Amino acid sequence: MSKEYETVIGLEVHVELATKTKIFCGCSTAFGAEKNAHTCPVCTGMPGSLPVLNKQVVEYAVAVGLATNCTITQNCKFDRKNYFYPDNPQNYQISQLYLPICRNGGIEIETEAGGKKIIGIHEIHMEEDAGKLVHDDWEDVSVVDFNRSGVPLIEIVSEPDMRSAEEVIAYLEKLRLIIQYLGASDCKLNEGSMRADVNLSVREVGAAEFGTRTEMKNLNSFRAIAHAIEGEKNRQIDLLESGEKVIQETRRWDDTKESSHAMRSKEDAQDYRYFPEPDLVPVIISDEWLEEIRSKQPEFRTQKLERYEREYEIPRYDAEILTGSKKLADIFEATTELCGKPKKVSNWLMGEAMRLLKEHEMDPEDLRFSPANLAKLIGLVEAGTINGTVAKEVFEQIFAEDIDPEQYVKEHGLAAVNDEGELRAAIEQIIADNPQSVEDYHNGKEKAIGFLVGQTMKVMKGKANPGLVNKILKELL
Amino acid sequence: MNNIISDETIEYVGILAKLELSEEEKEQAKKDMGEMLDYIDQLNELDTSAVEPMSHVFPVANVFREDVVTNGDGHEKTLENAPVEKDGGFEVPKTII
Amino acid sequence: MSLMSLTAVELGKKIKKKEVTVREAVQAALDAITAREEAVNSFVTVDAEGALAQADEVQKKIDAGVLTGPLAGVPVAIKDNMCTEGLKTTCSSKILYNFIPTYSSEAVLNLQKAGAVIIGKTNMDEFAMGSTTETSAYGETKNPWNTGHVPGGSSGGSCAAVAAEECSYALGSDTGGSIRQPSSFCGVTGIKPTYGTVSRYGLIAYGSSLDQIGPIAKDVTDCATILEAISSYDPKDSTSIKRESYDFTSALVDDVAGMRIGIPRDYFGDGLDDEVKTAVLAAAKELEKKGAIVEEFDLGLVQYAIPAYYVIACAEASSNLARFDGVKYGYRTKEYDGLHQMYKKSRSEGFGPEVKRRIMLGSFVLSSGYYDAYYLKALRVKALIKKAFDDAFAKYDVILGPAAPTTAPKLGESLSDPIQMYLGDIYTISVNLAGLPGISLPCGIDSKGLPIGLQLIGDCFKENKIIRAAYAFEQTRTYTHSPITESNQKEESK
Repeated sequence: MSKEYETVIGLEVHVELATKTKIFCGCSTAFGAEKNAHTCPVCTGMPGSLPVLNKQVVEYAVAVGLATNCTITQNCKFDRKNYFYPDNPQNYQISQLYLPICRNGGIEIETEAGGKKIIGIHEIHMEEDAGKLVHDDWEDVSVVDFNRSGVPLIEIVSEPDMRSAEEVIAYLEKLRLIIQYLGASDCKLNEGSMRADVNLSVREVGAAEFGTRTEMKNLNSFRAIAHAIEGEKNRQIDLLESGEKVIQETRRWDDTKESSHAMRSKEDAQDYRYFPEPDLVPVIISDEWLEEIRSKQPEFRTQKLERYEREYEIPRYDAEILTGSKKLADIFEATTELCGKPKKVSNWLMGEAMRLLKEHEMDPEDLRFSPANLAKLIGLVEAGTINGTVAKEVFEQIFAEDIDPEQYVKEHGLAAVNDEGELRAAIEQIIADNPQSVEDYHNGKEKAIGFLVGQTMKVMKGKANPGLVNKILKELL
Repeated sequence: MNNIISDETIEYVGILAKLELSEEEKEQAKKDMGEMLDYIDQLNELDTSAVEPMSHVFPVANVFREDVVTNGDGHEKTLENAPVEKDGGFEVPKTII
Repeated sequence: MSLMSLTAVELGKKIKKKEVTVREAVQAALDAITAREEAVNSFVTVDAEGALAQADEVQKKIDAGVLTGPLAGVPVAIKDNMCTEGLKTTCSSKILYNFIPTYSSEAVLNLQKAGAVIIGKTNMDEFAMGSTTETSAYGETKNPWNTGHVPGGSSGGSCAAVAAEECSYALGSDTGGSIRQPSSFCGVTGIKPTYGTVSRYGLIAYGSSLDQIGPIAKDVTDCATILEAISSYDPKDSTSIKRESYDFTSALVDDVAGMRIGIPRDYFGDGLDDEVKTAVLAAAKELEKKGAIVEEFDLGLVQYAIPAYYVIACAEASSNLARFDGVKYGYRTKEYDGLHQMYKKSRSEGFGPEVKRRIMLGSFVLSSGYYDAYYLKALRVKALIKKAFDDAFAKYDVILGPAAPTTAPKLGESLSDPIQMYLGDIYTISVNLAGLPGISLPCGIDSKGLPIGLQLIGDCFKENKIIRAAYAFEQTRTYTHSPITESNQKEESK
């Protein structure tokens, strides 16, 4: 009979901060530029260049630390991490080892069983991102692009407190939400603005000591993380069951092959020779500065949930969905502010917006439309200018291209027909054309009226005001 | 010499420093490093247990930049000294096998 | 008399008075280079064409009244570890044999704002690692006083160029004595300012926490004037210090009455050449005659400065020099199989033996298991050394001693025994560890006809005290010896 094992997981999460410029120079962090366009002597490691710290990076790091219940290191310093790799232009990365900016925090997650659990945060440190290597498919070469070199990162190192893929995902989702609420990053796993390395070991249930751990890199989605955890857990258990040992190493996850391989080579000694960065001076965070950052912390999810129920009188369920994404919550609040109808706004976001996101395999963070246009759409429906069917069609346009609904309805002649005379004429014709349905109705078949409404809508090309159609039909019958 | 540097150590430091030494250079490096470490070991004559390590001489702190873009398109200057340029980047031997 | 025999300030005055054009001044420097470079080899790169073009530009600005400063139009040579936009910058290393920076170091920009004309880049020990300028990949520089001797280092090219009158003045850099020691060997005057006074932006780093740029010139007046031009608060250098004052020329006063001068006994023990000792103590006497209060004291810890320095400087260097890897600039080996071989071959072929020696040592002391024992220990000793100076400066305005234990050694004598060579920096190195300002100026000639250097050390930000003391001593100096007189005589006899 095989033994029972427990999986022990800790995460190192890298988050690219939403600053306009890099951590140590005035180059833009914007995506999509030509290779090496966003570079200068500093972020390409030119001889004689020197780093100067972007203040915003410190503020974001402190904000994340406060939101994750960390102790802020009020006298923190940068260190150099030395290793050779072509995407690392100086062949050292400016990071923090000895005095990271935040320590000893933790966030609460909900477990599968419905309970609550604190996942400890060992530390958060600031560092610079590396450049990008583009691999040539035909020649045996790679090409280095330093546009991402020097983009600010925070690395959030958890304690080994997670025991399953579900807990890992719950922790990551919670962390992502907090950071998104802070506006410190958009945290997109697929674009690399949030990256998680998984440290995993297994041990027999009840064992006091941890097993030997491995570190898994290159995980670009929650799905990949879940699969990699499952795969690595099984690999380690198989090793132990067959009497072999787990080797402490870094492994790279291959998402297409659904397997991992060791990244070790004899040329990588993994001895980073950290020492204090002599080109940067310490960062001293005074009580006043800390208070200033604390006072600027936004309203987080728990507070929002409570306020949505109280202030907007929307159901808990709606509030949970809406606050589950910073973007969704922002759109909800801004639209409600404009139109004053929280329940309507919530219905559009929970219904149509979520349906379209799912259809397009998008994330709520990808929503691009403006609250003003949704507010206008709600106004049009409320005023009876358009009916529900047309409104859905218009919303799709807002979702896709953020069009102005008023203009769109005008241009496409989508306004509801509210002219009683015009409707009455059309309905009279339909009654005349469908004697059977009229008879069915008089014989008590209430459903028959639905058919007649449908016919009317068809003739009116969907633009008839449904309330008015019903009223006229009943009169005429 | 008190500090005897082994072949393995020289090999290891060569990997860290990305230096490839000839056999002759290795022997010289072992000797030089051993002598230097012997010389450096005289620091142990000093009791520094109550002394904080000093990396910066002056107590200057909080030197920052504001988060404002000041640099334009730098690709031409960046690539000007490239030993081997390819497709707007620096060519290196393939890093992924 | 050649225009190059004038001090920088004297030449600047003549240019201002239109007695000399900038082009004439630059041409005089270029002619001197043509005449003496073969014997001295002070330069890695001479930019004759660029210098003449700059000369015309600067002349226009002087004529238009835009440039009015004391250095406008005066030709300068720059140590080859300072980046100069569009002008090859090699650090005297093969690994940067073709590197043409797209930016200039802040100190060079400051000089250009003052109207300086750059005539070329001077030779140095490779990456400033050395005390003789013999580790250059572009041939050793020779001492203009006697070409059988070294000029000192690492700023040997800059000091030799000034001594050989190939330029009016030069910039050097000082990590452990690299301005003061070669100044002493070449009979010129050089200042290593307080750390953070001159921006390090664009200075190719050796030991970042120790490196400082400073002036090398014929006299104290020139040095103070040049220092005033190159020092500035630079937001691009986080270790740059906002000083209350950047006025150094107001200290050019012949008055040391009441100035407290301390002579560390530890600087006059074993290893110090008798002739050097006599000349330096004689200089102290001159200052005493002028009213300074001179007394001996024990500084302490002197012997520990060198080992602490080599741990710190080599550790920083091993990291600073990691960027030279054949990817972005400089030398890449011709044939390689894979990334790591490309790195190793490029670096092993590109760096010389002394640089490799220091990178290996630096990598070792930072490696896993040794960091505390070596690196942190050295940083603790550094704190003790700083404290020893703090205590000394509580009692004295200026510390006086030799710049080097001997005069210039013969070519080829030093490199065979590294530790012996390192010991030559014993009087200069602790100044860098403590971030202090120091000046070296000639105070005599030994029996071999080689110059002897006097070093004055000040407390942080107290350059003006050492400038004042140096200036006062300079007024008493009787000899008017120049190596050029001798070399001219040799030329004539040929």
